[in-house]
Amino acid sequence: MKTRILAPAAALAAAALLLTGCTDNNASADGTIRVNSTSDACEVSTTSAPGGTLNFSVTNGSDKVTEFYLLADDGLRIVGEVENVGPGLSRDLVVIAPEGNYFTACKPGMVGDGIRAAFAVTAAPAGQSVNADRAALQETAVNLYSAYVKDQTQQLVEGTTEFATAFAAGDVKKAKELYPAVRMHWERIEPVAESFGDLDPILDAREADLEKGDDFTGWHRAEKDLWAPKGYTAMTQAQRQKIADKMVANTAELHSRTQELTYTADKLSNGAKELLDEVATGKVTGEEEAFSHTDLWDFQANVDGARIAYEDLKPLLTENDSELDQALETNFATLQGLLDQYKKGDGFVLYTELTEAQIQELSAAVDALSEPLSKLTAAVVK
Amino acid sequence: MGRTTADDTARQSTGISRRGLFTAAGAGGIGLAVGALGTSAVNAAVAPKSPDTVVPFYGEHQAGIATEAQDRMHIAAFDVTASTRESLISLLKDWTEAIESLTRGAEIGDGATGGNYDSPPDDTGEALGLEASHLTVTIGFGRTLFTLDGVDRYNLSKHLPEALIELPHFSADALEDARSGGDLIVQACADDPQVAVHAVRNLARIAFGRARVRWSQIGFGRTSSTSTTQATPRNLFGFKDGTANLKLEDNDLLNEHVWVRGGTGVETWMNGGTYMVARRIRMHIETWDRSTMRDQENIIGRTKKEGAPLSGGEEFTEPDFNLQGREGPLVAVDSHVAMAHPTKNNGVQMLRRGFNYTDGSDGLGRLDAGLFFIAFVVDARTHYVPMQSAMAKNDLLAEYLRHTGSGLFAIPAGVQPGQYLGQALFDA
Repeated sequence: MKTRILAPAAALAAAALLLTGCTDNNASADGTIRVNSTSDACEVSTTSAPGGTLNFSVTNGSDKVTEFYLLADDGLRIVGEVENVGPGLSRDLVVIAPEGNYFTACKPGMVGDGIRAAFAVTAAPAGQSVNADRAALQETAVNLYSAYVKDQTQQLVEGTTEFATAFAAGDVKKAKELYPAVRMHWERIEPVAESFGDLDPILDAREADLEKGDDFTGWHRAEKDLWAPKGYTAMTQAQRQKIADKMVANTAELHSRTQELTYTADKLSNGAKELLDEVATGKVTGEEEAFSHTDLWDFQANVDGARIAYEDLKPLLTENDSELDQALETNFATLQGLLDQYKKGDGFVLYTELTEAQIQELSAAVDALSEPLSKLTAAVVK
Repeated sequence: MGRTTADDTARQSTGISRRGLFTAAGAGGIGLAVGALGTSAVNAAVAPKSPDTVVPFYGEHQAGIATEAQDRMHIAAFDVTASTRESLISLLKDWTEAIESLTRGAEIGDGATGGNYDSPPDDTGEALGLEASHLTVTIGFGRTLFTLDGVDRYNLSKHLPEALIELPHFSADALEDARSGGDLIVQACADDPQVAVHAVRNLARIAFGRARVRWSQIGFGRTSSTSTTQATPRNLFGFKDGTANLKLEDNDLLNEHVWVRGGTGVETWMNGGTYMVARRIRMHIETWDRSTMRDQENIIGRTKKEGAPLSGGEEFTEPDFNLQGREGPLVAVDSHVAMAHPTKNNGVQMLRRGFNYTDGSDGLGRLDAGLFFIAFVVDARTHYVPMQSAMAKNDLLAEYLRHTGSGLFAIPAGVQPGQYLGQALFDA
């Protein structure tokens, strides 16, 4: 369980630290186009730049919250935007734009059409190709991921019902079998599930996550009863029924809420990063499943979820960031290869069966993948 | 594990008090030690210390609280093993005497090189030649000193302050027993780490037989400024920390939020004192380092470079929690700066005096690093628990934090020459 995972919905064309592929546009020595947004002017340091990656550095010289847009030649379609720039602060916008006519627009106070000016993107330097429609690629990625979340949530609902029935009925053997397998559907979409700050603690809190007086419910409550530690008093049938009913009801609620969710490319990439964070801080340390020790199921599911997000975003990478794409491809495969060594039947060996050296090896592979994965957002939002 | 050793009374007569150094004159007692073998208490080979780096020991409040935050810290908690109240008092007297010397930059007892050739030196010696380095040593009492498993070992339970609570379990706490609690706390801060370590080491040595180290922690860099003359340092997340901290120049605010005043009856002894909240907060620095700059700034609620609130302005501009952006306030309601701000916490403020730490690695190739959080407050029940309870659950930053150690200590007032630290409690 985590508190709140998904970052505030960031604009698609987000600011980025990676000033890759700076263009030579005479705007400044490093190719950055400077924008000063005052209360009544939008000063842009140049009116044209060669096609490719454009770096705008937007400073808010007004006393209101401002925004900066790069608009297509219809004056409507947003090619890139930076929002929520407080007075006196600066923010970068990195965007990939092909040759064409555009508009720049500052919007002090976030109202109106903005203070606009024409902006020309000239031909890209020889040898550089610029994809004309990254927005369409982003939309495709987002739609694919949305379908994946819906599918996983549906399976989670069905699995939870089956598990809850067995658990309530006292069918320990069946409940123990179902527990790690069903939880994989949760773990695959964990950043999405956790974005509902009220449902997450009810369904997935570990006992230590709670304060005195909080109800201990959900998956880990059932886990403790099924894999009872020493000195633990088992729940009565009525108590189990209550936990089971609550799990089913709240999972149904989760399902219904995910139907309405919308995503952006940066949510996918940040979500992938967060899934690996989950592995690094909870699964590879064996803390998630304190009683059942089925951490490797969760581990695999987190990696699955991250890989799906990456694969959905891949078309945005192959053209401009093939090196990053290659690093992700390689490191996902390496980590999966390691996990495969611990497969047993339909699942995995228990965490407690791993040696220290094996855990270190897994942890190193998680770190190796996490580093390039952390660069995914900047690469896909351009 | 029993805490009381069979016979520590002998120790009382062989500690540094053996020469009767604990005198009303304090430092003046050193002269008595010029002794049998013709050795001098203070090693003449060591150059005199510059008074510029001495923080006065005596005063209304203990030093090391409303003192300009030094750059380094060594803090240690002790379990008291003394078998009697008198033995405990003798420890506090010996510590007082030693701290008075140490903070002047002087050596303990007969010094590091000036004692009997057939005895181990009184002072361990690694601070020879070093300045006083603004060393302060602040001591305090844990709840277990007053009552341990229902036992009142030192006839102190009736003076247990109500505010010296057992901190509750906060959401996601992962406290380790061996890093938490303690009967006594000794916080040594200095500009030179060797000076701070020297202080703790020698106090631990003096305590053998009467108290033993339960846990200790080195802090290598201050994370707060406690004076308007100090620049705001950065924590291991790379952000400025303590911008809104109480400053020692804010006398009225210190009186309101830090110093205990007006206590009566069995709690009179705490007047002029304060409470120290100590939390060892490991940071998941590796996953933090992989988060985007956008996330980092949104989580903190300030810009990384300047430390300006995201609502605009500069570092010391007050955050405007109402200034709206596209998806809500520019400073998110669950950002760290919003969660910690006095306006969101019934107006309470803390004197934060924490330190960055690293303690090797965790066996999985990650640094065990973070913040050793220290805050001085008038009452943790109003000035720490509600805020930490909310932050543990809702602070966006909590994702990257793991509280592994915890302690709450009653810090008694300062002393005057002739008194020992904590005397008001034992005289009460």
